[in-house]
Formats: sequence, structure tokens, C-alpha cells
Amino acid sequence: MKPLIHVGTRKGLFAFEKTNGHWSPAGEWFLGIQVPMLFHDRRDGLLHAAVEHGHFGTKMHRSADGGATWEETAGVLYPPKPDDAPEIRDGFRNVVVPWSLEKVWSLESGGPDKPGLLWCGTIPGGLFRSSDSGSTWELVRSLWDRPERAQWAGGGYDFPGIHSICVDPRNSQRVAVAISCGGVWLTGDGGETWEQGANGMTYDFLPAEQGGAEPDGQDPHRMVMCGSAPDRCWVQHHCGIYRSDAAGRGWEEISGVKPSGFGFAVAVHPKDPDTAWFVPARKDEFRYPVDGEFVVTRTRDGGKSFETLSKGLPPAPCYDLVYRHGLDIDESGDRLVMGSTTGALWVSEDQGDSWELLTAHLPPVYCVRFA
Amino acid sequence: MASIAFTQHLQTHVDAPRSEVSGGTVRDALEEVLAENPRLRGYVLDDAGAVRKHIAVFLDGESVKDRVGLSDPLPPGGEIFVMQALSGG
Repeated sequence: MKPLIHVGTRKGLFAFEKTNGHWSPAGEWFLGIQVPMLFHDRRDGLLHAAVEHGHFGTKMHRSADGGATWEETAGVLYPPKPDDAPEIRDGFRNVVVPWSLEKVWSLESGGPDKPGLLWCGTIPGGLFRSSDSGSTWELVRSLWDRPERAQWAGGGYDFPGIHSICVDPRNSQRVAVAISCGGVWLTGDGGETWEQGANGMTYDFLPAEQGGAEPDGQDPHRMVMCGSAPDRCWVQHHCGIYRSDAAGRGWEEISGVKPSGFGFAVAVHPKDPDTAWFVPARKDEFRYPVDGEFVVTRTRDGGKSFETLSKGLPPAPCYDLVYRHGLDIDESGDRLVMGSTTGALWVSEDQGDSWELLTAHLPPVYCVRFA
Repeated sequence: MASIAFTQHLQTHVDAPRSEVSGGTVRDALEEVLAENPRLRGYVLDDAGAVRKHIAVFLDGESVKDRVGLSDPLPPGGEIFVMQALSGG
């Protein structure tokens, strides 16, 4: 299969394909409509897209033929709130969290041994599971009903959201989900029971006695798991970079990262747990490239040291911002793709040493994924 | 008879023809249409069955008062119009 990238943007879904050494546009769908999340399932070839109409809500679409035709499925629907279910309020703003979909924010395979099983993370914090390749979805009540949800809060959006889902390739019953802001939740039994794993994460602007180290309130922006060494996970957190060596159960801060430890996206090499990439920005309320210099940082030694990579990236002043789903790495570990809110799309074929600009004129990019 | 019509914007995505409807409330009228056209439901109503945040429902030119229950009484010959609110872009 030719290298293929799908890009979810503010104004549609796009594809780019590499043919004869050259990347070129290979498709465009749902033009004019937000596509915040997409997933190409290599198990069955289905391409899933969350199509978020500004007025009409999110509709789930899937294609079995690479986008030639699309089918709208039943969608991700929250059930009616039972009368005896407690009213949960956002932990920061004290606003009632609705039993209603605001955004589809993650889509992942349930594992190679579970054909048809998919996980979907959403705002306002519900995790959904499908057993039929996305035909229908069910809210995972075992996580939604956790009383700790009263400590979760919106991070970048009005309500909490599940943006990262990591399924352990050794055992698909083990799943880790990261929530802004709700910490990292872990299951070892396919979602029957859950426990909090964000111990070690902390807010640098909130003292411990004010709850700054409370795991349930933590804001990991994005979490990734190394496919060949799944105990190693990386998190780009609101206040810095964290590393786990226990598949998300417990985290260690990586401090002193230059030019900044703040950002949204992170990617880990699929075969080398010590190699990871980040896209730094000036913390915390500013969120633009430090000094207007847009760079990628890479560690090859588990976070002990970082290199700043900029070959092929625009010179200063450059204010592109890469959202949490705006960076991906392919299964070889050599090729990365990155998309920005300024509508630029870059590919690196050499682990980030150099970058090629594919286009600078897409709508704001929400999500990039190798097919 | 009363009637219900939908914005052209909506019809880009799902069939939503103008229909004659009956019933005592706006909710009754809408449910009559949705029973025949279930796919339309999620485009107009949210998961909890209330009018979507950026959808406007008008009855005889006035915005309905009850966006959750749509309990506004439907007079004989009343005209309901469902359209996108510009707050949604």
C-alpha cells in the first residue's frame, strides 16, 4: 500500500498519498464540515470519520472503499440520564455535565484479537465501545459512573474529554485512557473495572495543598504508548512532559525541557520506547511557538536530553500551533506527519531530522493519521 | 392543518420535506415527522431529545418558548419552521 495520510480539519477530511517519491492530494470529503477525529482500521480496511456539524451535531461515517462511498451509522449517542443517577458537575466551574455528546475526540482499535471492537472517547468524558465496527456504540458505564468524575473538569473545552486511548498490544483487555482534565484511567479487564493511574502528575501553578497533585484533576494533553514496549508511555501534560514505565500506572516528570515543556502533541517511536517527539509552545496561557520559532523536539534517551529540530520548518516569525492529534508516526518509526492550526502539513522521512511542507493552505488541522 | 418545514441547509444532509402535521404541541408535530424519518432526529434534537444548541424552531414566526419539551401549543394551521441558528456559524 502506498504511504497514505488522512487529515481531519475545520473544513473537511483530506488525504495525501505518496506516489513515485512525491506526496500529492488523494481525496477530500465532508467539505465545509469539521472532522475532529478519524480512524483507519487496518484490521478490516474501514475508514471512520467523526463529522461534526456546527448545527446538526456529530455524525459518524465510515467507508469500506477508501472514501469512494460513505455510510452514516447510528452514531455515538449518550443514553438518557436515569433518574437515580447523580448529577455530576464540572469540578472547576460547577456546571452540570450533560449526558449528551459534544465531540468525538478519539477513535481506536480494540486490538488485533478483537475484530470489530472499537473504542471511542468523547467530550463530555464518556468512553464508548462498539462491537460491530462502528455500526452501534454503547456508553461504558463502568467508567462514566465512577464517583471521581465529580473531580474531572473541562480542559480546553467546556467539559472533560477523553483524547487518548492506548490498548496494550500484549493484552487487549488492558486499556489506558487519558482525560483532560481527569487524569489517566486504566482497565485490565476490557472495561469492566477501572482505576486511576495519574499519580505523579502535578500542576506547577497549583500547590499540593490546593489539590495540585490530585490525580483525578490532572490534565494530560495527549498520551501515547510504545507498541513494542507498551509499559513505556509518554504524556504531554499541561505543565510539562511525563513518562510512565508501568503502562500508565504512575508517572515521572521530565523537567528542564527546552525551549519549553509545554505543548499538546506527542509521538513515540513504535520500536524504541526512549525516542519521542514533542511540538513545544510557550506555556501556558500563551500557546505559541517560543520566540516565534516553530520547532519539534526529540529525545532519544528517555527524556534525559532533547534535540531541537527545525530543518525544513518555516523561519521565525512562525506561529503555527500543533493540536494534540496533529502529530503522528508510522509503523516504521522513520516517517512522521504534522499538521497545524494555520493549515500547514509537513512530513518527515528521517525521524524529524528534516521536514517537507506538503501544503500551507489547508483549513486548521485537528487530526493527522497514517493509514 | 398545521405544517412543518426545514431549512435547506439541513436538506443537504438528510431528506426533510415540508409536511402537514397534527397534534396539540410542537413536540407532537415533530415526533410525527420523526417517526417517518428517524434519521432526521439526531440532526434536530440532541441525545436527550431537546432542540440542539444551534438549531432554532419557530412557530408562526416566533421562536418556541420551550426548547427542551417543545410543549408550545400548536394552533390549527400553525406553521413550524426548523432552521440553523447563526450562533452555530
